[in-house]
Amino acid sequence: MTFENAGETASGTAHTPCPRAPRLERGENEGAAATTVPRPRTAARRVSIRDLHAWYGDRHAVKGLTLELEPNRATAIIGPSGCGKSTLVRCINRMHEEVPGARAEGEVVLDGVNLYDERVDVVAVRRLVGMVFQKPNPFPTMSIFDNVAAGLRLTGAKGADLHERVERSLRAAGLWDEVKDRLKSPGVSLSGGQQQRLCIARTLAVEPEVILMDEPASALDPISTLRIEELVEELKERYTIVIVTHNMQQAARVADATAFMLDGELVEVGPTEKMFTNPDDERTEQYVTGKFG
Amino acid sequence: MSVLPAVSARRRRADALARGLLALGAAVAMLPLVLVLYYLVKKGAGALSVSFFTSDPTGAFLGDPGGVRSAVLGTIEIVALATLIAVPLGVGVALYLTEYGRASLFGKAVRYFVDVMTGVPSIVFGLFIYITLVLSGFGGGFAGWKGSVALALLMLPVVTRSAEVVLLLVPGSLREAALALGAPRWRVVARVVLPTALPGLVTGALLAVARAAGETAPLLFTSAVVSGTSYDLGQRMNSLPIQIFNDITQPSDRLVERAWGAALTLVLMILLLTVVARLVARRSRLT
Repeated sequence: MTFENAGETASGTAHTPCPRAPRLERGENEGAAATTVPRPRTAARRVSIRDLHAWYGDRHAVKGLTLELEPNRATAIIGPSGCGKSTLVRCINRMHEEVPGARAEGEVVLDGVNLYDERVDVVAVRRLVGMVFQKPNPFPTMSIFDNVAAGLRLTGAKGADLHERVERSLRAAGLWDEVKDRLKSPGVSLSGGQQQRLCIARTLAVEPEVILMDEPASALDPISTLRIEELVEELKERYTIVIVTHNMQQAARVADATAFMLDGELVEVGPTEKMFTNPDDERTEQYVTGKFG
Repeated sequence: MSVLPAVSARRRRADALARGLLALGAAVAMLPLVLVLYYLVKKGAGALSVSFFTSDPTGAFLGDPGGVRSAVLGTIEIVALATLIAVPLGVGVALYLTEYGRASLFGKAVRYFVDVMTGVPSIVFGLFIYITLVLSGFGGGFAGWKGSVALALLMLPVVTRSAEVVLLLVPGSLREAALALGAPRWRVVARVVLPTALPGLVTGALLAVARAAGETAPLLFTSAVVSGTSYDLGQRMNSLPIQIFNDITQPSDRLVERAWGAALTLVLMILLLTVVARLVARRSRLT
């Protein structure tokens, strides 16, 4: 594995040139997903986080964090509880500001566009940056099929290829063979692990560029966890993935790069192997060897 | 003595006494309800017949007083219009309170006034409509739709409060999931929040309807009392509570009997609604 930018901060790094107009400006939202031509997915997008601050009321949860998320890589964010891992990823798709009293400052640059620019439509941001939550949260009123289609319908996309896109997403999430005969049964009738893969399929159906996973396997049994980890391995061929995890073995298994956070700050980021064997910072070493956290 | 001593005699006595008192309290509370139902059936069942439901009051003091068709239909029409006014408005207010203005000052003020409105006596709503719509002669004098407006005012806080509680039960994780997919907020509300809360919203609305259907005071000054069946909400319109109110004070046994029959009919209608509400609530996925 090569990881050229290991440990490098974003300040000097030019982001990948944008080969295609970003789908972010306002006025383009309704039906935008419908007109997007399916394209071969190989090159994912780089995300540059620059001097990001986040608050919950007066509580400063992320304190000026700078981090590069490499395209087609899975970046793990590790750190003790309450260190701001989840807040950080929720800032990448601007879900952080949905919490009453929460706000964020700084830059998150995707495809050369700062997602916090005031001209950017927050709804469009969330279409580009998908999210999988800690607890599987399929829509209880919808069938398996409708849950996956929900992403398309909720974003106003219409079209004859709905069935095809649902099937493609379910296949990509490794769930198709298990549910193809009962697409009409309720999404909540699946097991926890299946529900989480259903949620991943739902996220994939909108065709995002980046996928954020906030402890996606922490509520699952070991077998289901393994399935999710295999899935992350497959998905990074096409997406940029950020995965928050409490489980250091999981980070070691799935992530190309690992970032260690402590008290709202980034302590260290580097190739996963280096982070777990020979980290630069003493605190990282103490954390990965289980001396605290 | 073993490590698990027997329950002491004192605790046994205290337990028996407390259980007895609570059971007695429950029985005393049930007594009036049972007696009400007993008298309703005893005095009202005899009045029920096919012609009771198919004929209008004749207005004749002697001889055949007629049935309650106009009152049953009037109640259904007036309450249906009141529901059409109060339910969309109440659910809309609840949506604002839960989805948009949860922490805002305006939202808090609205919530406070809705609570105050819940405690306003129904006769006050009747008087308010009497002054503003009937005395002012707006669209004529007494009219069925004015009764509907008075009932809608009465239902509004009930619908709003119950809808708010149900909408708050919709897990925030579902809203987050939909928002994170890139859905505009109005679509999240329309396609995720409302469908998830639907059974609870229906139950709350039906209970508000049941409450409004039995109200007399708001109709007394607004839709007045007539004999004939009317399908025109712009005219005076008969209703069950008003029919009962009028009949029971008449010095005629047959009219008083009709009042009991009408009361039984009203209770049965409300019972039916409540059963439907229960059945819908059972389908709820939010428990």
